[in-house]
Amino acid sequence: MDATITLHVDGEEHRLTVDTRTGLLDALRDRLGETSPKKGCDHGQCGACTVLVEGRRILSCLALAVSHDGARVTTAAGLAPRGDLHPVARAFVDRDALQCGYCTPGQVCSAVGVLDEAARGWPSLVTDESGDDPGEGAPVPLDREEIRERMSGNLCRCGAYTHIVDAVESVGSAGAGGEAAR
Amino acid sequence: MRPFAYSRPRDAAAAVAEVSADPEACYLAGGTNLVDHLRLGITRPGLLVDLRDLLDDGVEEMPGGGLRIGAATPNSDLAAHPLVRRRHPMLSAALLSGASGQLRNAASTGGNLLQRTRCAYFRDTAAPCNKREPGTGCSALEGHGRHNAVLGASRHCVAVHPSDMAVALTALDARVRVLGPGGERVVPLPGLHRLPGDEPHRDTVLEHGDLITAVELPDPPRGRRSAYRKVRDRASYAFALVSVAAALEVADGRVRGVRLALGGLAHAPWRARRAEEALTGAPATADAFREAARAELADARTGPDNAFKPALAVATVTAVLRDLAARGDR
Repeated sequence: MDATITLHVDGEEHRLTVDTRTGLLDALRDRLGETSPKKGCDHGQCGACTVLVEGRRILSCLALAVSHDGARVTTAAGLAPRGDLHPVARAFVDRDALQCGYCTPGQVCSAVGVLDEAARGWPSLVTDESGDDPGEGAPVPLDREEIRERMSGNLCRCGAYTHIVDAVESVGSAGAGGEAAR
Repeated sequence: MRPFAYSRPRDAAAAVAEVSADPEACYLAGGTNLVDHLRLGITRPGLLVDLRDLLDDGVEEMPGGGLRIGAATPNSDLAAHPLVRRRHPMLSAALLSGASGQLRNAASTGGNLLQRTRCAYFRDTAAPCNKREPGTGCSALEGHGRHNAVLGASRHCVAVHPSDMAVALTALDARVRVLGPGGERVVPLPGLHRLPGDEPHRDTVLEHGDLITAVELPDPPRGRRSAYRKVRDRASYAFALVSVAAALEVADGRVRGVRLALGGLAHAPWRARRAEEALTGAPATADAFREAARAELADARTGPDNAFKPALAVATVTAVLRDLAARGDR
């Protein structure tokens, strides 16, 4: 059964008719030719399909396109609209944070989400919540333990994790990188 | 995947009416569990009724005290909410120990409560499974059993409930607001999730068409501290082997109040009433905590692959309660 929907992808509006069973990932890749989100497991286990929807990082493989009618989607390719590299993507290159590169667009989108979430004071499981007021919402400093925990939903079969943490840490300590999320 | 119609009703009552009227309909919220099941062929609906924009997605204080959590509240927003972090640290920690950042951004509170087991045989449509296809048998009984239940299981099903959040809510005496074809009602936790018995295909007491609209949490008594600890096969992004949600009030070296629920051990989040009763009024010592945990696990039944679970549960309960007793005022 078909449905006609609108998707705003990387700043461009698309009107398309999809089978109701179509996942957001397949709509992006197969219908709109946006191939930076990758299909790894297609079951929400690997993170290669991570995109930002309304600024929040989600797994596009577990999202139905029909349920995202009107959504604003940002892919890794769309993080730098003028052909420049986004600061997070630049850090991945500078820190040699990839080998085959298949998981990298998902890693980059996820890292942009991590930087935004930490800046808004969202805790992770390893955040020290024993202070006077854990709900005050101060930005969470991203040390390596925080980055590992917050990036755990992105697998890298090449095992580039150490350099991925380096890359995210370098952007996090520069205090930038999450702004593209919103 | 079987073709399905898709509907976006105008309000929650209309959604309930649509699903109630069609035995092949089901609700769609965050989709993180359902879309995977559509793809695996575990769930084969003829109609998806999308709850998008129909349910509250925030946390508010109730007039008489306590918090009301809209069923559409994403797991990440709930975990980060200031009122949750201040009053119920165990709930925030439980949410943050589940899934990944991307999944928590999409998954809803109501959907988290209703997520289905990750038993490998339930997910493998080529394997017999009484939960997926009643009457076909239980492959996990003779198969790989590391994650199998040790409490409250039946010969029909040894699956465990996968949610961390639900374990915390079970310890916190949460109440679930349900809108059904006959109107609204309240289902308490524990009480929402079932043990398998001879109907393992039924995870909860909800009927077809029932819709969770909100979760209500009573405020904690003064001086209560709470924590959630999860033990798993890797440090992050894995389901629990054993998890413990605990809240403790200590006065003059004795336990004044305790709430304890266990995950990874049973078909439902396991409220540890026996241990709670043994501990109330008892000295707040590691020995007393251990003895109470042992009593709770006394009826555990294990196989060769999960024989470690009772001892792991006892050790984890003891450690969490000991840490809470030793801590400052939260």
